[in-house]
Amino acid sequence: MVAMTDPHDHDHDHHDHDHDHDHDDHDHDHDHDHDHDHDHDHDHHDHDHSELTDIAARVRALESVLIDKGYVDPAALDAIIDTYQHDVGPRNGARVVARAWADPAYLDRLRTDATSAIAELDYGGRQGEHMAIVENTDDTHHVVVCTLCSCYPWSVLGLPPVWYKSPAYRSRVVIDPRGVLAEFGTTLPDDVHVRVWDSTAELRYLVIPQRPAGTDGWGEERLAELVTRNSMIGTEVISPIVDASATAGAES
Amino acid sequence: MNGPHDLGGQMGFGAVAPELDEPVFHATWEARSLALTLAVGSLGHWNIDISRHARESLPPAVYYGSTYYEIWARALEQLLMDADLVGADELAAGRALHPPAITNHPTLRVENVAAMLASGSPYTRDVSQPARFAAGQHVRTINDHPTGHTRLPRYARNADGTIERVVGCFVHPDANALGAPNPTWLYTVVFRAADLWGRSADPNSTVSIDAFEPYLEPALEPVR
Repeated sequence: MVAMTDPHDHDHDHHDHDHDHDHDDHDHDHDHDHDHDHDHDHDHHDHDHSELTDIAARVRALESVLIDKGYVDPAALDAIIDTYQHDVGPRNGARVVARAWADPAYLDRLRTDATSAIAELDYGGRQGEHMAIVENTDDTHHVVVCTLCSCYPWSVLGLPPVWYKSPAYRSRVVIDPRGVLAEFGTTLPDDVHVRVWDSTAELRYLVIPQRPAGTDGWGEERLAELVTRNSMIGTEVISPIVDASATAGAES
Repeated sequence: MNGPHDLGGQMGFGAVAPELDEPVFHATWEARSLALTLAVGSLGHWNIDISRHARESLPPAVYYGSTYYEIWARALEQLLMDADLVGADELAAGRALHPPAITNHPTLRVENVAAMLASGSPYTRDVSQPARFAAGQHVRTINDHPTGHTRLPRYARNADGTIERVVGCFVHPDANALGAPNPTWLYTVVFRAADLWGRSADPNSTVSIDAFEPYLEPALEPVR
């Protein structure tokens, strides 16, 4: 079960909240195809309803209606959440970047057909159907946004962070990219060309950050440890490794 | 539509506030909102562009006053009502009050989740017409303010740019939001910051968008 941080929902981990219990008074013959096999282990927690935020209560009501009507399978909801909580996230993208750094032939395949090259690592599917890479260099820095909504390469980076979806980022990075980057602690020399990519269609962009100095001879797994989510959106650069031996010592 | 979602170049939203060690979800309801949106989407009553249009059609005060998963949840309610899958009375009651509708696709079962997420939904289509523009060509974006869905941001309308890449043929969002995919060529178009933002623009930056062919016309004169 997913770990949640909302104090209002501390006892809500099984989120089956009362379905099938309070509405036997109306016709539910469509319920036959619900697999509420997890209903047995939940307790009622009506007591926390008054503590719920408006939106939490609203989403709970929405889910109840949809389960009631047989439109969603609660176990399927859990599986979707579990996938993005545990399986699909920025470590995927970090492995792509590390391989691109370590294997020039792989980088070439990424340049030619990023979707297929990323699929070599078994990453693909929803919000990664059509991929492109952009490569940071000494002369050019890339940063990605979706000004119109929250388009983001889920297959390699997971779900977008709150700041990526925020009006502050979406409004400003296109008109003041250096100012926004500075808020991430990324100050670029004036002679570095900044390219902002607004994801207005179904093409999703993965930034390949520059490989940091001090990593000669590192293997892909070790390189992947250096790759941050924000460096693959383009709001950060990866710092050089000043003392490689110390970092190596910290690894198993 | 010139809705609250079209944020590029707007001002007043303050500094970006990145969160250290941000959790994937900040509350259970966020996770449920995401999962409900995906699961109900698989019933096949709308496509991604209809869904986006529902979000951008939220009243501006609601849109700006909501976190992103709240926007998703509110738009999902509207989509469900528009599709006659759920009644407003049921949302208010928090339980079913009417028999379920016949859905276009069966309910997403747990055993089908992995396949659904892994397959995604590709948006490329075959078209017979050749691409109107080629890489390197100078173009101007149209000056248009449609009341429906569009993916040409306001800041990039009536602007001179250069085709950098012919991406391929994709479903056209403006039409798809009305239920017709009308596939068309898609191009990456690069604009000099000064051609979008004028005299205060960053002198050494560009912005690119992915623009559908109907958004583009040949440039009146070569881009400087």
